[in-house]
Amino acid sequence: MFKIVESEISIQAVIDAVDTPGAGAIVTFAGIVRNSTRGRRVRYLEFEAYPPMAEKKMKEIADEIYSQWGLDKVAMIHRVGRLEIGEVIVAIAVASPHRDKAFEACQYAIDRLKEVVPIWKREVWEDGTEEWVKPS
Amino acid sequence: MNVKVKFFAVFHEMFSRREENMELPEGSTVMDILKCIESEKPEFADYYDIMQIAVNWEYATRNALLKNDDEVALIPPVTGG
Repeated sequence: MFKIVESEISIQAVIDAVDTPGAGAIVTFAGIVRNSTRGRRVRYLEFEAYPPMAEKKMKEIADEIYSQWGLDKVAMIHRVGRLEIGEVIVAIAVASPHRDKAFEACQYAIDRLKEVVPIWKREVWEDGTEEWVKPS
Repeated sequence: MNVKVKFFAVFHEMFSRREENMELPEGSTVMDILKCIESEKPEFADYYDIMQIAVNWEYATRNALLKNDDEVALIPPVTGG
């Protein structure tokens, strides 16, 4: 499952998508909106995506995971629109017979997502100002 | 030929539109589109070194040749996750 969604993300949904009888380990990652960034108070975040390409790139990350670790059970969901503090931005699950590969592959999935998936974040701060985030 | 150009995030803000259809001569490249867009907003050039271009949902080089009906996306630095 590789999806851009506008509504609330259920972490259980990515777990269910990778859960098979052969899975001895499922590692999940959830990215959450936090209340400050670079020392400034955040009011909320907005995300925009290029959905068809974003979903294609997520599938490619799963292909890379298959090549590198031999795991074929990966799910990723990223939300767009306005997100409040504490809400889930992105959820990833990777299943594996054993935990080591699942941990590594899940870390790889979120790192790659941040590098190649066409999604953009806008920060709206408590002082009323806002801007599209520039990469560090 | 005709190509669709899509503007996201900071580019949507800069150009006040999400997409446009552009009529280009045969043999045009991604770079031709960038130059055309830059002529409207010179500050767009500030992004040359950090942005990417996608053609039909795949990252493309600046010298990639375009064909009729291509979908070209201007991709600001991605900041998802």
